[in-house]
Amino acid sequence: MTDKRMSADDVAAQVRDGMTVGIGGWGSRRKPMSLVRALLRTDVRDLTVVSFGGPDVGLLCQAGKVRKVVYGFVSLDSIALDPHFRAAREAGSLEIAEYDEGMCLAGLRAAAHRLPFMPIRAGLSSDVLTINPDLRTITSPYDPDDVVVAMPPLTLDVALVHLNAADQLGNAQYLGPDAYFDDLFCMAAKESYVSCERIVPTEELTATAPVQSLLLSRMFVTGVVESPGSAHFTSCAPDYGRDESFQRHYVASAREPAAWAEFERQFLSGSEDDYQAAVRAFDERPAVAL
Amino acid sequence: MSQLTSDQTGRQQATRAEICVAACADTWIGAGEVLASPIGIVPAVGARLARLTSAPDLVMSDGEALLIMDVPKLGATGSDVGVIEGWLPYRRVFDIVAAGRRQVMMGASQIDRYGNQNISAIGDWRHPAFQLIGVRGAPGNTVNHRTDYWVPRHSRRVFVERVDVVSGVGHDRARANGAAAARYHDVRVVVTDLAVLDFATPDRSMRLRSVHPGVTVEQVQLATGFPLVVEDVTETRLPNADELHLIRDVIDPAGLRNRELPS
Repeated sequence: MTDKRMSADDVAAQVRDGMTVGIGGWGSRRKPMSLVRALLRTDVRDLTVVSFGGPDVGLLCQAGKVRKVVYGFVSLDSIALDPHFRAAREAGSLEIAEYDEGMCLAGLRAAAHRLPFMPIRAGLSSDVLTINPDLRTITSPYDPDDVVVAMPPLTLDVALVHLNAADQLGNAQYLGPDAYFDDLFCMAAKESYVSCERIVPTEELTATAPVQSLLLSRMFVTGVVESPGSAHFTSCAPDYGRDESFQRHYVASAREPAAWAEFERQFLSGSEDDYQAAVRAFDERPAVAL
Repeated sequence: MSQLTSDQTGRQQATRAEICVAACADTWIGAGEVLASPIGIVPAVGARLARLTSAPDLVMSDGEALLIMDVPKLGATGSDVGVIEGWLPYRRVFDIVAAGRRQVMMGASQIDRYGNQNISAIGDWRHPAFQLIGVRGAPGNTVNHRTDYWVPRHSRRVFVERVDVVSGVGHDRARANGAAAARYHDVRVVVTDLAVLDFATPDRSMRLRSVHPGVTVEQVQLATGFPLVVEDVTETRLPNADELHLIRDVIDPAGLRNRELPS
């Protein structure tokens, strides 16, 4: 069986200009941030990003990697809006496909099932149909009075997700209370890459957790990256919660060009190891006396 | 605050935020065994108040992925949430939305006379003046189950003639496209810092149901960017002493409600 271990930079090298990239997690929760940071280090551009959006979307937009965002929302959860996404939208520089978040789920399901569309009631009579003029409704073949939205598949070239644990074959496990839609992202993609807190022998995955925690089968996983702490600053329950203090620092920095340049210099100019070291230094900084 | 024992004392002391909490709580009366999804602090206090008083069968979440039996104080997480009665990952939320066993109170950056709501963007969606959070679940919520709204600052910026991006579907648009969108559409009440409004009119346009104590009908109309239907306006009820005790001592002892709606 194939050993699928690789580095975050190996994963980023698989992402090429113009690809559609699905990013797992939800808002500022269990985002594959080290894989996103690896993308920031490449020259890739013109990506279409599909995401239940959080700082993954903001960072990629800020770095000029994104042509189009497909989303239901972009939020940092404890802070309502991501400033980089907001700035990109208000600059008019992004193409968007904004859907009801249930429609995003339906689109991932349609892609995973290789179906031409998934019927869903959400979207009817709303401006989602205006924003997405290619969206069609369909009359029920069983009831001429019933009309639903025909949500097209959100087919992905690449899926990036972060889970708690995996084996080297790509079987992967979530230990928090919510899987989000990471399995569907992987099934909707031609290639899927999982970062995780730890790679363990297969038998250890079920030694202390129920079999239901095995969210991803190796059938749907192309590569595995071991990268502890790499969902930072988003949450990765139960390994760690969201780093609220750092998230506030991200938002405050993003609001002002000079502060953002300093944030980039401090946190985004080196490797993932450099990032993690800079975060530790940030945590240990002395309180500023005023 | 636990010295508040009589209705009389409570009547003198209920804050505007607490009056709004009671009005929000009243939207869940008769909801039965459905998932209550309040967005915002005052609606969250309201839903918990309803669960403890007028709507004991409500199903409540911890705001993340758990259904909880008890009514913990606002902001409690982890083991502080008490007894867990169910599992509510996001995937199940969408299933419950589609099944209709849910009643939500959402916010609104803009809302019009028929209850069309916008939380997506201000201005042209192609190049917005202000990007907001996105349509989120509003299109699905409004065509699947009862939806009410909470507006902490009643103003002409929120109550507009036309919303910029229809996220939550209002009565006119729900009925414009045949039966499909209207089948489960149920947008009913808007609670604001000034008043309680509804759509109980022949053409389902917004009606002023009650004004909060100290607020005039004229004040509400002035803060609204379209003419309201005004007839038989009452005064919004005050929370009773028992409700005030639950709000202040049990549900929100940290007073988060006052941050969302300062007195």
